[in-house]
Amino acid sequence: MAEVIAAVLMTAGTVFFIAGTVGLLRFPDIYCRLHALTKADGLGLALIALGTALLAGSAGAVFRIALIWFFVAVASATCSHLVARHARQTGTEVQHG
Amino acid sequence: MTPDLIYGLTGIAVFGIGLVGALCALDRLRRVLALKLCSVGAGFLLVVGAWRAPPGVPDPVPHALVITGIVVMVSATAVALALIRRLQTLEAEDER
Amino acid sequence: MADPLMIFDILLALSIVALATASLSVRDQFTMIVLFIIFGLLSALAWVRLSAPDVALAEAAIGTGVTGALLLKTLHHLRFVSGSRNRQPMTGVAPLPPVPLGVTLANAAFCGLITLGLAAGFLGAPAAGPGFDMLVAEAMPTSGVAHPVTGVLLNFRAYDTLMEVVVLLAAVVAVWQIERGLSEAPAPVMGVVWQGFARLALPAIVVVGTYLLWGGAEAPGGAFQGGAVLAAMGLLLLLTRAYVPQPGHRGIARWAFVLGTGVFALVALLVAGGGRVAFEYPLEHAKTLILLIEGMVTISIAVTLAALFHGREPVALTTGGRHDT
Repeated sequence: MAEVIAAVLMTAGTVFFIAGTVGLLRFPDIYCRLHALTKADGLGLALIALGTALLAGSAGAVFRIALIWFFVAVASATCSHLVARHARQTGTEVQHG
Repeated sequence: MTPDLIYGLTGIAVFGIGLVGALCALDRLRRVLALKLCSVGAGFLLVVGAWRAPPGVPDPVPHALVITGIVVMVSATAVALALIRRLQTLEAEDER
Repeated sequence: MADPLMIFDILLALSIVALATASLSVRDQFTMIVLFIIFGLLSALAWVRLSAPDVALAEAAIGTGVTGALLLKTLHHLRFVSGSRNRQPMTGVAPLPPVPLGVTLANAAFCGLITLGLAAGFLGAPAAGPGFDMLVAEAMPTSGVAHPVTGVLLNFRAYDTLMEVVVLLAAVVAVWQIERGLSEAPAPVMGVVWQGFARLALPAIVVVGTYLLWGGAEAPGGAFQGGAVLAAMGLLLLLTRAYVPQPGHRGIARWAFVLGTGVFALVALLVAGGGRVAFEYPLEHAKTLILLIEGMVTISIAVTLAALFHGREPVALTTGGRHDT
């Protein structure tokens, strides 16, 4: 049972990752792309981490997966902030339409 | 088609790409990067040589060699990059 | 035949080759470095597939993380020196004369021949010949550690590892000499969010680095991976300007550079003094000695890699001389 739930969670996570990647490729400017990437990939990562945690054997492994999720989430948020900040400072325009 | 065949050919391809880059690239940063690609390609071949089909345990000696290689490569890269920085600064001063 | 893992392997292999090609052919140097970093991380993933987690950790932390940071730092410096932060500095201020197309093609053809020869040699090699597996497996009980790679690195092939630490030491000596009196590009200002991230990440990095070092006795990890993670802490400290290298700290830094080599060589000499071969640790002390060496080597690796990233030896501003602008 746990394996089925984990598989569903991971598949859902993958779908979010694909959505984020489509957004990265299709959106017009850097701010929209960051928006797609951070939101979709953040959720996708959380779902996949949840799925792997269900399959993990021990409490220690679950704890490590939770830590990995936390730090990847924080690092990706910081990186996106730095990218957006750099884009704004160097005067990248927001594209309309 | 086992992983060792797939990744062995990958390693050779990466090595070849790095070799072309190291000989043909014009800017210095790219040449250093190409040499790094060569070292990753060589690492692939060693790791593939250590691989054993799933129930088997991989051979630890090539693994240790690749780890040594990675650390030596980062040292060499650091010195090469310092030389590049120095050369560029000297050229910029000559220009002034 | 349709093994899903095989499809994964082929896709991963194709993306690795594509990223290697792209990183050498893309025009913009920043894009080149970013593509290279992705290439390194995917190679690490491939090495996990080949059941080499130690190598994957080392490649991700040192081969990709530290190398990528060094490349980005150099790019920042080059753009600062040529005074065109946003334009493309191609080969330096004085452009190199173009290479004749014939020479380039001949070079490429030559490389292609070598690659084909390697591929033929690889495909023709006897499959799965005897390796060192049996020898290592037999000797493991005498090594003092439970993880084979650590046993090979710190016990059976300890000379290699000693020389590797010496190479790192030589690299930092060379970099300090080369960069003597070089002007430094101003560090980029990273902002408040970044500072907050650094405050959150710093203690975690210390824990992870120590865990990798300690866990290396039984599981993948060890001195090099732990040292690289601790070096990342040095990079964060340098980038947040929480630590600015002072000329007065050079003495401490020099001691930290030679600590690993010194302790390593000293242990070898002491063991050799007791009527044994240089790295033939007495069994009852083997684990202690290996952990002692690993701990000291980790400190040296961390400080050396951070110093390699910082580049120039910290000197007093009054002696900065004509290069300082």
